[in-house]
Amino acid sequence: MSLQAALVANGTAVPLADIPEGSVPQLRSLILEKVAGGSHLASFFPFADGPRTMLVAVLTNPEEGGLAVGMAEVGDSYTSLTPECAEAHLFEREIAENCGIVPRGHPWLKPVRFTGTPADDRLPASFRDGRIGAMDFFRVEGEEIHEVAVGPVHAGVIEPGHFRFQCHGEEVIHLEISLGYQHRGAEAMIRSAPVRRGRYIAETVAGDTSCGHGLAYAMTVEALAGLGVADSADRVRAVGLELERIANHTGDLGALSGDVGFLPTASYCGRLRGDILNLTALIAGNRFGRGLIVPGGVGYPIDSAMAGTIRERLAVAWKDIRGAVDLLFRRPSVMARFEETGTVPRHTADHLGLVGPAARASGLEVDVRHELPTGVYRREEFPLELQGGGDVLARARQRYVEMATSVGFIDRLLQENCAAPRPVNPDDIVLRPDHFAVSLVEGWRGQVCHVGITGGDGRLHAYKIVDPSFHNWTGLAMALRGQLISDFPLCNKSFNLSYCGFDL
Amino acid sequence: MSQTILSIVMFILSLALCPLLPGIVNRVKAKFAGRTGQPLLQKYYDLGKLIRKDVVYSTTATWIFRACPVAVLGGALAAAALTPFGRGGALVSFQGDFLIWAGALTLARLFMILAALDAGSAFTGMGASRETWFAVLAEPAIFLAMAALAVISHEFSMTGFFLALTPEATSRHFMALLFAALALFVVSLAENARIPVDDPTTHLELTMIHEAMLLDHSGPDLAIIEYGAALKLWVMASLAVGAAVPVNIGSWWLDAGCFLVGLLVFAVLLGVVESVMARLKLNRVPQFLVGAAVLAAISVILVARSA
Repeated sequence: MSLQAALVANGTAVPLADIPEGSVPQLRSLILEKVAGGSHLASFFPFADGPRTMLVAVLTNPEEGGLAVGMAEVGDSYTSLTPECAEAHLFEREIAENCGIVPRGHPWLKPVRFTGTPADDRLPASFRDGRIGAMDFFRVEGEEIHEVAVGPVHAGVIEPGHFRFQCHGEEVIHLEISLGYQHRGAEAMIRSAPVRRGRYIAETVAGDTSCGHGLAYAMTVEALAGLGVADSADRVRAVGLELERIANHTGDLGALSGDVGFLPTASYCGRLRGDILNLTALIAGNRFGRGLIVPGGVGYPIDSAMAGTIRERLAVAWKDIRGAVDLLFRRPSVMARFEETGTVPRHTADHLGLVGPAARASGLEVDVRHELPTGVYRREEFPLELQGGGDVLARARQRYVEMATSVGFIDRLLQENCAAPRPVNPDDIVLRPDHFAVSLVEGWRGQVCHVGITGGDGRLHAYKIVDPSFHNWTGLAMALRGQLISDFPLCNKSFNLSYCGFDL
Repeated sequence: MSQTILSIVMFILSLALCPLLPGIVNRVKAKFAGRTGQPLLQKYYDLGKLIRKDVVYSTTATWIFRACPVAVLGGALAAAALTPFGRGGALVSFQGDFLIWAGALTLARLFMILAALDAGSAFTGMGASRETWFAVLAEPAIFLAMAALAVISHEFSMTGFFLALTPEATSRHFMALLFAALALFVVSLAENARIPVDDPTTHLELTMIHEAMLLDHSGPDLAIIEYGAALKLWVMASLAVGAAVPVNIGSWWLDAGCFLVGLLVFAVLLGVVESVMARLKLNRVPQFLVGAAVLAAISVILVARSA
């Protein structure tokens, strides 16, 4: 018998008592059933409910128009889900690391962020060690096999991460990625911070997804407080989120171009990304949209004069972006590099629970704006554009078509009233006690998931963040199988995942 | 002006001007990308900067690693001395000198590869492996192009090859020379770590070929190797230009001018190639190099038919 899950709409809260509680086997069968039926794990985490430790599973459930949530009390170990449900593998490692709960039968149990776990003899020694990266790596044995280790210090100004390749000549047999170097304890900080400060922490979970994480945090807090948001503020939020998407996709298409040595598009896109970021700066006074989305509304309204300026400048920038990107896609030598490089087949993407443009490029129908829309996204059917193919070219094209949609969407939004009222004073926001809230936002990398649970005192008892990178890093590792090691930077850039968003 | 003095002047001029070529290439690339670009003399500044720095050696490095810069510079200088820069001919010329020429460049490469393995890093080893792989494939193209030139000129030294290329000879063997020059151009892309074979601007170790081998070199050692690389580019360019542009026009200053303009065109062409195309996938590079060998072979066939 599996658990009858609670259906929670995206961006809403329910009393904690309404979340059905079952045994761990019941929760397991709920997850397995749902995943087999096309749902994906949005979040799976432990939280301390008094003396008890609960496992909470949040699954996307687009058919029923919400998220399926269930929980179960867990002891010091349980039967691992990973052998039957691959997308749970990282969540289970995280649970083991954070609480010392052992998922029995997990095929590759290792720390995620190397925070040092309360001693449990059944966990591998690497959990107790606490030195980042000190763990076993998968090894391929053989005379002609060589191992290449890259990072955590890289040649460029990028985030730290360690990549271990098992190679046969130029061909990569296996890639293992080890992160955790940027762990700051963002979840714990948000849990203990008042709303006034929490939003700043949320925005820095991944700096390039400030609007995405900022929005997810704001939605979670609003849901917990039972706070509404004006339509005009909702439009400004969507403008911020879509500008973020356009800016990052532009930058990444340029970087993809640079990685294959095609410099014109790389240079143009570098500048054009700046033009888009400057539009965000026009609204919020900074290029990454910090402080734009706040619980209860937005920090900066857009008056009609500014709306006109943005529309005008966006149209000009978009024309230039199209020129630069078409130049890229028309070049046969570039296509030769993009095509059939780093392919993630649809079934692999589905299996791993990939999200965002990377999943859609493999043909997976996942997009929060389409499946579980909130705010202004509810008003119009957001088109689901799937490239299929799953290679670097598909991921590049996916980003291009999504930018086009975003540009049109922003233009329509700005023709309406965006003069949002002042938001409420964050100190006046009171969270309802013993509530559970979940918000999903389609950030530019994919599904950003924030879950907040309040205790009896009306303070956050648990706050769980899942950045899209958490789902997708394994996708990159799979994309590299059988590829040339020299194509790694290209594949990596086609995903362009966040290190700090993963490390929290 | 006598042949000898002209060849000495051209040799010294080549040593002084070779770091200018990468500057021109970079400027052309910058223009295509809509950027201002770095100064034309950037390579000189870089060399000056590196010479003032200290050297750091890997703890695993032996004398081979320290000998590498000397061998690279020595190889490049020897090759330059054997290369005819325009009408003056080479500083040193004898029967079969092109074999020694190729040998000198190979010796330099051998030391680079050994030093890369000596440094003991996975990246340098990977670069060395790729360098060896492509060097072997580039060699047939060079020698086939040389063979075509030898048949045209009925000479067996590099100076002989190019001095025989009067405007009349050039027009008679126009197609053959064009193919030979093209083959040499393609080879010089591969030999000098240019796009589409290598990417001189990348910072990504996993994709590098030539640059990967240099990762462990530093300071004056790196300056010497970089200078050697610039000289090699100049030498390879001189061959391609020599095959494409007839030198025996008449007055020595017209010939020297033609030669230098030819090099300028070569650099601009290099910049254009790098701007309009992406780098090849690594496992496609052999096809590209075999293509160069085929071009050179066609040149030989054309010459043999007309001879």
